[in-house]
Amino acid sequence: MTTTYSVTAPVPKKRARPFENLFSRQSLPLPAIIFMIVVTQIPLILTLRYSLERWNLLRPERRAFIWFNNYINILENRDFWTIILNTLVLTLSVVVLSLILGMLLALLLNREFPGRNIVRTMLITPFLIMPTVSAVLWKNVLFNPAFGLLAAIYAMLGLPRPDLLADAPMASVITVIVWQWTPFMMLILLAGLQSLDAEQMEASQIDGAGRVTQFRYIVLPHLQRYIEIAVLMETLFILSVFGEIFVTTTGGPGIQTTNLSFGIYQEAFQRWNIGEASAMGIYAIILANIVVLLFVRVLRRGRHEGVTA
Amino acid sequence: MKSNRWMGFGLTALTYLVAILVFFPILWMVLTSFKTEGDAFAFPPQLFFSPTLANWQIALLDSNFTSHLANTLIVTLISTLIALGLGIPAAYALAYYPTRRSDFTLSWLISTRMLPPVGIIVPLFVIFRDLGMRDTHLSLIIIYTAMNLPLVIWMMRSFFLDVPQEIMEAGRIDGTGLWQEFRHIAVPLVRPGLFATALLCMIFAWNEFFFAFSLTVTDAAPLSVYISSFKTAEGLFWAKMSAGATAAVLPVVIAGWFAQKQLVQGLTMGAVK
Repeated sequence: MTTTYSVTAPVPKKRARPFENLFSRQSLPLPAIIFMIVVTQIPLILTLRYSLERWNLLRPERRAFIWFNNYINILENRDFWTIILNTLVLTLSVVVLSLILGMLLALLLNREFPGRNIVRTMLITPFLIMPTVSAVLWKNVLFNPAFGLLAAIYAMLGLPRPDLLADAPMASVITVIVWQWTPFMMLILLAGLQSLDAEQMEASQIDGAGRVTQFRYIVLPHLQRYIEIAVLMETLFILSVFGEIFVTTTGGPGIQTTNLSFGIYQEAFQRWNIGEASAMGIYAIILANIVVLLFVRVLRRGRHEGVTA
Repeated sequence: MKSNRWMGFGLTALTYLVAILVFFPILWMVLTSFKTEGDAFAFPPQLFFSPTLANWQIALLDSNFTSHLANTLIVTLISTLIALGLGIPAAYALAYYPTRRSDFTLSWLISTRMLPPVGIIVPLFVIFRDLGMRDTHLSLIIIYTAMNLPLVIWMMRSFFLDVPQEIMEAGRIDGTGLWQEFRHIAVPLVRPGLFATALLCMIFAWNEFFFAFSLTVTDAAPLSVYISSFKTAEGLFWAKMSAGATAAVLPVVIAGWFAQKQLVQGLTMGAVK
């Protein structure tokens, strides 16, 4: 997949240089490029190839080329559509919630107050923690129906102790991932807020603009580029979320919390269905590409209206 | 004026409250790691207790923990070194000696970073199996190098571009060769950036789970895979589990605290500074 998202940087002027240096200088990136081609592009082509085969590792003797049958079979499977829906619900909820919460946190942190560095450090920590640790922590310490902290809070309020991972699995998984990813949004938006022109803010204040007006007409347009980048990157990461789901719900109950990544993992490494897993992988790549294309589209429109710099 | 001040206090108090709330699960994990197993199960949960180091002793001396820690360390450090070794010269050339293909190369590198891991996992598994490389350090080192290489190139390129051209020019006039120019002028000038980039690579490799879980079984399984096996612990050994989990995340959390400023740059491939 190719995208030309923000590939603009100042390029130093070309200068005359000795011919003998030309080869060695410009071939410096070659080892890195060759490495990346071997490790990412060759597997990509092989995924395409495998996706056209009937190939189950448990019955290797039945391996055969079957054209697009895997793709068709997948589309006819109702579970696949549930998995796609789960993926979209999960990704959209996490991105929207973490964007809103991250924005609020960034606004809170964009002030001078004692202990600001410590507070920021505390707030980014969930993002630094190994996803499997976060998931184990939430599953056992917070969600556990018998001894978990949330159960304790419910009990203190005189309510029956809930089994959140069983009663509201998707909401629970979303909660864990939002907790992890809100710091990501916060950090990027905070960087945006701190690059705001202080003079412009003061001028607007003198002109009598209230805080809400200021936010709507100065802060938000300024942040647009930051929001776009943060949302795009996070969307791509969340589309591929795996560890949190594996640890907390194992995709269940049933397939209620199975997303595309987890579904492909099961197809490949539990059912050993290499062919269909590859075809699902291609669908995952298509989905990621659709997201990127939508973004580039939205971005271009924004540019035409002259909203962004 | 006075109401503004009160609002300031209120906002600060709110910020503290939110920070404590967000941080609380982590704090709880750390506290639990110093409890006895009995205290860890106490209901209602206890905030105050007499601390013990027993769990830490058990967790850190457990051969399961140490062997997986060794795997994580080997894979993280070697993959980071290779990514830097391949990426820095590439970034250097892309920054100072761009060609017509440079823009394409750079955007292609981003696209490889955005490729969903599930899009290539099946062939990688098959290839490593056929080469007899399943459950080896080398398989993960190769993958993590590829995972971090675009990041290294993009970040280091932006650091190289930040160096004032005059300084580079001054060095070049002395007629130094390419290697001297690279080694003695360019690299020292971007050392802080280099340090931050290395930290970021280590954070990503240390925390990675999907490839590790798909490609390793026991011999080469890193900590992230080991920790995931606690999912079925069902709270039998919470205190020991907490000690192990805290130890597993500590190096990366500290690295992340130090690299806070560059974190944003790394996460957005240098698009946001």
